Amino acid sequence: MTRELFYADAIREALLQEMQRDENVYCFGEDIGDYGGVFGVTMGLIKEVRPMQVRSTPLSEAAILGEAVGAAIYGLRPVPEIQFGDFISVAMSQVVDLMASYHYRVGTALPLTIRIPSGGMLHIGNFHSNCWENWFTHVPGLKVVVPSCAYDAKGLLVSAIRDNNPVLFFEQKRMYRVIKDEVPEELYEVPFGQVRDVCDGDDLTIFSYGNMIPLAEEAARELEKKKISAAIVDVRSLLPLDKDGIIERFRRTKRAIVLHEARTFSGFGGEIASLLQEEAFDDMAAPIIRIGSIHTPVPMSPNLEKAYLPSLNQVLEAADKLMRY
Amino acid sequence: MLTKEDKLKMYHYLVLTRTFEDWIFYICHNQDQKNPMVIGKGYLSTGQEAISVGASYAMQENDWMAPSHRDVGAHLLRGMSMKDLLLQYMGREGSPTKGRDGNVHLGKSELKSLAFISHMGAMTAPANGVAFAMKYKGEKNAVISFYGDGAAQQGIVHEALNYAAVQKLPVVFVINNNRWAISTPVSTQTSVENLADRAVGYGMPSSICEGNNVYEVYDHVASALDRARAGEGPSMVECKSMRMSGHGTYDMAKYVPEEEFEEWKKKDPIKWAERILKEEGLADDAYFEKVKADIKEQLNKDIAEAVKHEQVRPGPQELADVYAE
Ligand SMILES: Cc1ncc(C[n+]2csc(CCOP(=O)(O)OP(=O)(O)O)c2C)c(N)n1
Ligand SMILES: [Mg+2]
Repeated sequence: MTRELFYADAIREALLQEMQRDENVYCFGEDIGDYGGVFGVTMGLIKEVRPMQVRSTPLSEAAILGEAVGAAIYGLRPVPEIQFGDFISVAMSQVVDLMASYHYRVGTALPLTIRIPSGGMLHIGNFHSNCWENWFTHVPGLKVVVPSCAYDAKGLLVSAIRDNNPVLFFEQKRMYRVIKDEVPEELYEVPFGQVRDVCDGDDLTIFSYGNMIPLAEEAARELEKKKISAAIVDVRSLLPLDKDGIIERFRRTKRAIVLHEARTFSGFGGEIASLLQEEAFDDMAAPIIRIGSIHTPVPMSPNLEKAYLPSLNQVLEAADKLMRY
Repeated sequence: MLTKEDKLKMYHYLVLTRTFEDWIFYICHNQDQKNPMVIGKGYLSTGQEAISVGASYAMQENDWMAPSHRDVGAHLLRGMSMKDLLLQYMGREGSPTKGRDGNVHLGKSELKSLAFISHMGAMTAPANGVAFAMKYKGEKNAVISFYGDGAAQQGIVHEALNYAAVQKLPVVFVINNNRWAISTPVSTQTSVENLADRAVGYGMPSSICEGNNVYEVYDHVASALDRARAGEGPSMVECKSMRMSGHGTYDMAKYVPEEEFEEWKKKDPIKWAERILKEEGLADDAYFEKVKADIKEQLNKDIAEAVKHEQVRPGPQELADVYAE
């Protein structure tokens, strides 16, 4: 049985069902207990699970993520929340130094999932809007996923919780109560390392993920009017990356745009562009175009933030350029 | 010793802060959400203004401060105009952060204030830096470092306090203990009865004051500042108060027991100051009414001026200022 669920509710359902299935799974973080989290994602969860299985903590991200490591070593499957993704910076050492290298050095697995509400478009400035996912794709030992629909939010979260490695789960907070789609009631996994075909197309492919998928879809509809047929591929699992899937999709259209909300410069798009350049050069009909945010802090003012973020026009112009190349 | 003039001036700033923030609250609840006047949410110091006003009034001209997000009173007292704050909240041309940041995320070197970032407690460390620079230059100035009962649980705060103590930096740590950090009561944030009890562990003296009595806050902070200026090192002043609103204007604080609000209503800082001023024969009800009416009039004038400013617009300056010349 499936029914439409909001992105936030799909996450809540995955957490609840996984906690019911396995008592080793537990959730903790600032204000997530009785209050239900600042975005209401964990609303009421505390009443439906075992004592201490959902728990509010002090305002201490480094201690929260450190707890996750210790509890995972002891055999639990911790699912800490970082209230706003931006605040993970104060706990960086626990993630990149400790967590990421642990299994490689010591041989003990760390089955934990960090929930990281991320991204902008809400006009709340540089400390509540950043997309820092590619800080972490540079770190071996971590896994990084970014769901862009409710179905993937549930399925990727279930996979993350069951994975025996530290997974950084980048929730797109703008999508919580905006994005809604069909979600099975039962538990299911969306495997890591597989792209999702959002729509097919013949002329070019937009590789994207997270908050930018709706923009890619809008662009594809506009391009349709100009008789340009654009495929959209949701990369969704940045690490591990579905290299074969990306190369194979690219070969179908021979032209590509890489689109993400994170800043273009030194962003994850560079990884996809260079992968294609290295592996599919012979099939390349035009240079890859990267589109992301400009290289400034995230501005608060709606007008400035709009100019900071990728725009529909940029995507349309890029498509035009690719087709005329 | 505070003169009559001092006491009346502090009263003025209590009312100024309250009036300004009441307006922010009102607008956030009554504006057209599609075309808002105030961008984002308000984070108000309603009911705890005495901490910010009393502490900053104790500063001398060349002292600096690192305000937290509930220190509009200190900003106003140290020379930020109400119009500056309005422009900041509205994201308009002329705002202190040029629309790049909003609400309480501001500060101005010209006014000797550090600009707050959201990451709780982060500003305790740069406050130490200012204090060291003063000491290095042989100046007899000091710094006030403001933070909350939630922020006190951040690692950086513990580092900064120990650091300031062992290096005898001229800092006064003013703790705004308003009993709540979003939905988390201070009793689940820390197991110490008073945050000031921690001072022993850092190796600095501390005191606890009625945070809603502006004159008492002043006395405590003034002697701590004297001590810092005399080269005797940092100290801590814990101000007991209560956050009389939600965390932000969006939050109705349903999780706060009604009795707690009732109890603290009796200790309202403005009424408290009025009581003292009357008891000491320094002012009467007619005076208080006049102060309130004058400030309202000033606010209305400033709003009328502020809305004449254009919303900030993106332009060629968009990439400017990321780096200094
Ligand atoms: C490092 C960090 N984690 C989480 C947050 C989200 N957050 C914003 S304010 C706040 C509570 C702050 O409480 P407190 O320090 O007591 O200040 P108050 O708001 O009560 O004045 C939290 C958790 C943050 N800003 N920074
Ligand atoms: Mg507090």
